[in-house]
Amino acid sequence: MAQRIGNYTIKLDKQPSVLGYAAVVGKKEGQGPLGRNFDMVYEDTLIGQKSWEKAESVLQREAVKKALEKAGCQPSDMDGIIAGDLLNQCISSTFGLEPFDIPFLGVYGACSTMAESLLVGSMMIDSGAANKCVCVTSSHFASSERQFRFPLEYGGQRPPTAQWTVTGSGSVILGSSGSDICITEMSVGKIVDAGIKDANNMGAAMAKSAAVTLLNYFSDTGYDPKQFDMIATGDLGFVGSQILIELLSREGINLGDKYTDCGLLIFDRDKQGVDSGGSGCGCSASVLCAYILNGLKEGKLKDVLFIATGALMSPTSVQQGESIPGVAHLIRFNKISN
Amino acid sequence: MNISNKEYDELNKKISPPSHMFRNMCFAFLIGGLICTIGQLLYRLYVYWGLGVSDARSVVSVTLIFIAGLLTGIGVFDKIAKYAGAGTIVPITGFANAIVSPAIEFKCEGWVMGVGAKLFALAGPVIVYGISSSVIYGVILWLFTL
Repeated sequence: MAQRIGNYTIKLDKQPSVLGYAAVVGKKEGQGPLGRNFDMVYEDTLIGQKSWEKAESVLQREAVKKALEKAGCQPSDMDGIIAGDLLNQCISSTFGLEPFDIPFLGVYGACSTMAESLLVGSMMIDSGAANKCVCVTSSHFASSERQFRFPLEYGGQRPPTAQWTVTGSGSVILGSSGSDICITEMSVGKIVDAGIKDANNMGAAMAKSAAVTLLNYFSDTGYDPKQFDMIATGDLGFVGSQILIELLSREGINLGDKYTDCGLLIFDRDKQGVDSGGSGCGCSASVLCAYILNGLKEGKLKDVLFIATGALMSPTSVQQGESIPGVAHLIRFNKISN
Repeated sequence: MNISNKEYDELNKKISPPSHMFRNMCFAFLIGGLICTIGQLLYRLYVYWGLGVSDARSVVSVTLIFIAGLLTGIGVFDKIAKYAGAGTIVPITGFANAIVSPAIEFKCEGWVMGVGAKLFALAGPVIVYGISSSVIYGVILWLFTL
């Protein structure tokens, strides 16, 4: 059974294994610095579908298919699938995953959903409720734009703090054994409202929640950030990352050069016109499943903290003038040497 | 973590890069000015072709709306507007874009609940407050001429 360390950290007893993983993305992401790492890059952002929502469903479906293939598993081997996305009522997940015929749990944590699904999946494996399960999430630039902002062809200007929703999906197959990449510890984040009201500055809205989660984790475990090979936040972008570094340094914690952000890794900010960086559920999910897990597999990384961050707002709350609370969940991945 | 929302906002403002105000204003002036110059050229051309002053003005608007609609449809307008900002929003081109872009976007939801219901999602406020302010202006004008 899992153990609690301190106030917020969960130490997993069974240490769920990452049996397989895959990331599929759109054209812009494929042209970015991580282009070669993705399992599939779709040149057509509609993926031959009649709506952006259906295109996003295909992203999730293909990510799961590829991950199952790489794990050498069939959908019928899975005891559960834990998924979510940014669209109202999580329709990318439900419409995309229906053909697999796997027991489904929908989760919503905005852009932190990948970590949330891994948290739930790991607890299912650890408790014995599942032997194998799938964790998946996605986002699509066009489906997010139309739901949260403007029609795609609307001619508006983006402020430099804005972030670019990633078109992509990442999927992880977890099992009770069978791989040397394991999830060893986790921390469920709290809802933190820093009072930011600008929907064009999500990084700032989420940075405090990431700082709180990391601070709690380090205080629970007594670890030093230096001992990790990588500390990666989900989608804080340039602005959010800088705020996080500053907030933690005020608390006496220096994240050092091992710190990075998935929103900064996926795009080239200077050349791709994404302003503060990438965002969306698909941002942290696709970078995790294309870059971070590959690093662990190849042995370049052995101990990684993955902190997916989410902005818990809706178009309604923003229009009503409410501030944007954030949440950040932490997952520790280890490469176990035999 | 002891940081007040006020302190946090100060930190955010210190870190957030400011908008490129000067560059944006220059582009808005140049591209907005260019659109207006094209309008004036079209006006001269239509008058030269024998249209009356009032008709020529209407046809200029129609032409600019058509061009903006077409550029929106082929996915070019937003790329120009990214740099032009107010330069493309303020002239009638901005209004055309605000109508055509939701028409394209919400076609998936059908002609009634999609295109029909969402067509004025962006331009609606412009019409509401445009008409409201013209009514107020009319009342003021009427009071002065009593």
